[in-house]
Amino acid sequence: MPSTMGSTSRDDLSRAGGARTETASGTTDGTTAGSTDDGWGGGAARTVGVLDEKGVRHPDPALDRWLTDVDAGDQEARATLLGLYEDMVVARRIDAEATALQRQGELALWPPLQGQEAAQVGSATALRDDDFVFSSYREHAVARRRGVTPVDLLRVWRGVTASGWDPYSVGMATPQVIIGAQALHGVGYALGIQADVERGVVAPVTGSSDDGTPAAVAYVGDGAMSQGDVNEAFVFAATWQVPYVLFCQNNQWAISEPVTLQSPVPLVQRASGFGVPGVRVDGNDVLAVLAVTREALHRARTGGGPTFVEAVTYRMGPHTTADDPTRYRDASELDAWAERDPIARLAAYLRAGGLLTDDDEARVREAADAVAAELRAGVVAIEDPTPLSVFDHVYAEPHPTVAAERAEHAAYLEGFADATGTTTTGTTTTDRAAQGADR
Amino acid sequence: MTTQTLTLAKALGAGLRRAMTDDPTVMVLGEDIGRLGGVYRVTDGLQAEFGPRRVVDTPLAESGILGTAVGLAYRGYRPVVEIQFDGFVYVAFDQIVSQLAKMHARTNGAVKLPVTIRIPVAGGIGAAEHHSESPEAYFVHTAGLRVVSVATPQDAATVLRQAIACDDPVVFFEPKRRYHVKGEVDPDLPLDDAPPMGTARVVAPGDDVTLVTFGSHVATALDAAVAASDEGTSIEVIDLRSLSPIDHDTIAASVRRTGRLVVLHEGPRQAGVGAEIASVVTERCFEFLEAPPVRVTGYDIPYPPAKLETNQVPDLDRVLDGVDRVLGRAPSGSGATAGVEVGA
Repeated sequence: MPSTMGSTSRDDLSRAGGARTETASGTTDGTTAGSTDDGWGGGAARTVGVLDEKGVRHPDPALDRWLTDVDAGDQEARATLLGLYEDMVVARRIDAEATALQRQGELALWPPLQGQEAAQVGSATALRDDDFVFSSYREHAVARRRGVTPVDLLRVWRGVTASGWDPYSVGMATPQVIIGAQALHGVGYALGIQADVERGVVAPVTGSSDDGTPAAVAYVGDGAMSQGDVNEAFVFAATWQVPYVLFCQNNQWAISEPVTLQSPVPLVQRASGFGVPGVRVDGNDVLAVLAVTREALHRARTGGGPTFVEAVTYRMGPHTTADDPTRYRDASELDAWAERDPIARLAAYLRAGGLLTDDDEARVREAADAVAAELRAGVVAIEDPTPLSVFDHVYAEPHPTVAAERAEHAAYLEGFADATGTTTTGTTTTDRAAQGADR
Repeated sequence: MTTQTLTLAKALGAGLRRAMTDDPTVMVLGEDIGRLGGVYRVTDGLQAEFGPRRVVDTPLAESGILGTAVGLAYRGYRPVVEIQFDGFVYVAFDQIVSQLAKMHARTNGAVKLPVTIRIPVAGGIGAAEHHSESPEAYFVHTAGLRVVSVATPQDAATVLRQAIACDDPVVFFEPKRRYHVKGEVDPDLPLDDAPPMGTARVVAPGDDVTLVTFGSHVATALDAAVAASDEGTSIEVIDLRSLSPIDHDTIAASVRRTGRLVVLHEGPRQAGVGAEIASVVTERCFEFLEAPPVRVTGYDIPYPPAKLETNQVPDLDRVLDGVDRVLGRAPSGSGATAGVEVGA
């Protein structure tokens, strides 16, 4: 649709990551459309959207056709919209609680998602149970939407396990730390879906609004777009036309590196060179994200092959709790993006339509606080695993080297039994010192 | 049991065919493996037989191949990946070492990744740069991987099938110098009748020296045993077959009888498989040793150009020199034939 957004400052922010100081406030007056054209660097890229920064809903036929359920105006639509709102609010509350838990020494590290709630909730809401997600380490709202409990979400970050959940129980792999590696896993999984369908062991769904085969979705960030694995994922997915969506949350920053350091052109432009359809969406517009993800999944499910989605959003917090963004970006940039807050935007839209009352807000806030309280209680109650569990699951089948080393370490730990009264916990220097001259 | 005379390369193909017939989730992926049948023709005829969806020509990106295999295995498949040449595996290193090897542990056992990585390995064939590498130590050093190296056509067929059936990822080294050596093979041998995948095998009995090796150098070691017997020395040759785990029991039992150990491989010496074996033998058989273990290996240099590769690849004379050293007929110690202290 034609853009009516005259100012480019919003897009300057989208592309700049931070060096620029323009603010987004004042660039929209409630009369602008959500979808915009962008004059980034070497080429234009249209950013699609349906909710502007004031929460005003604008028509876009290409997106609206994927939003008929939320636009229906009935109780079911209201419930869906309130569900999106609650998922975003709860995700932010979990995020805040996790940051607090890290500050209090209960977590080793936490990578906050604040600012990216719409990109995550919107995209994850489009998924079916039989889809499979390969994510990076910041997709907490996606994980929660897949069914991961908040406590399980935090296990890894407490340092008690490499994995908080069984991937097959929720249709989502455990977080990937190596940047971009998971993009290829999604392609392979999608190739497996394709093979399953051809072998007749999986039948495409029929008779629903999201007919077709399951799909694999990989979440990456803007930094990952420079990785060889992500570029290889494009190549392989395009060659095999697998049911796959590569969903990039361009949150403007890879720790301290702005997205302009990764690419002189909008990231979405990468897709066409690989022969993959690409769409750039306002990642802080949950409805637009839902729409483009539904379209991408529909293409995947019905034999149309892979799609690349660039969701333009913003990491409002640090990269992790170990990071200090004041060293590399201006506070004014954060202020500008706060004007585009994804939760406030949806709230404004819902309030204007009478779909979000004070009572609703209070209820959602209470629900979020309850999740946070449950989370805190659950996390602090997580016990440290037993020492010998480090030898578990190194191999799926018996391996004599690991078995021998397990026995060696067990015998070593046994040596502390007298001093500590236990046989398997005495691994600290203090315990060793307690042995004194015996050792 | 019906045996046929097959080259090692053909035996590998026969093993693959058997595995694909037995299990519809076995898929083969790699570069040029379809219509061409692979640069060494190991997959010759498989695409015609099983179709392009199970014998998949991939784009030319090794990390992409391995990352795809991880995803396929996640979905329940048993991918067999061909890395075209040993030196091409390094660009897939993260997907092998950080992803494939660790995923079972990372998911507390929920996810199994039964991926087999076939790699034509080592030199001695006058090949171009990056076509003669011996990268086994990197993978032996990586928890979560199993590493095997076959030396005979029968092992080529059966160990490959065992690797594919194994629920762990397996790096499967194929000695490219031996691809065209023929032997009697039963490609359909019941796997229960074959020696387990992680075990070594005594391929020539002997009393004076234990000579441990794998892959293409099993043949060199057997030649050395024959040559040494002419001089009255009895060499016991052990084909490791598996580099992770290493069958230390078989090695130790032999060294306790012979009192002397020579380890032979083509890969660089420093922190190589020979170093691990010499260490464990020293720990477990110290009081039985008549001499320090000797390593006959490639040097710690980049693999040389073809005209110079005989300086890197141990041959019969270098093995016999190593045997002389462990018997005290030449100055002892690895690489110290001139009596020069090295590594100080």
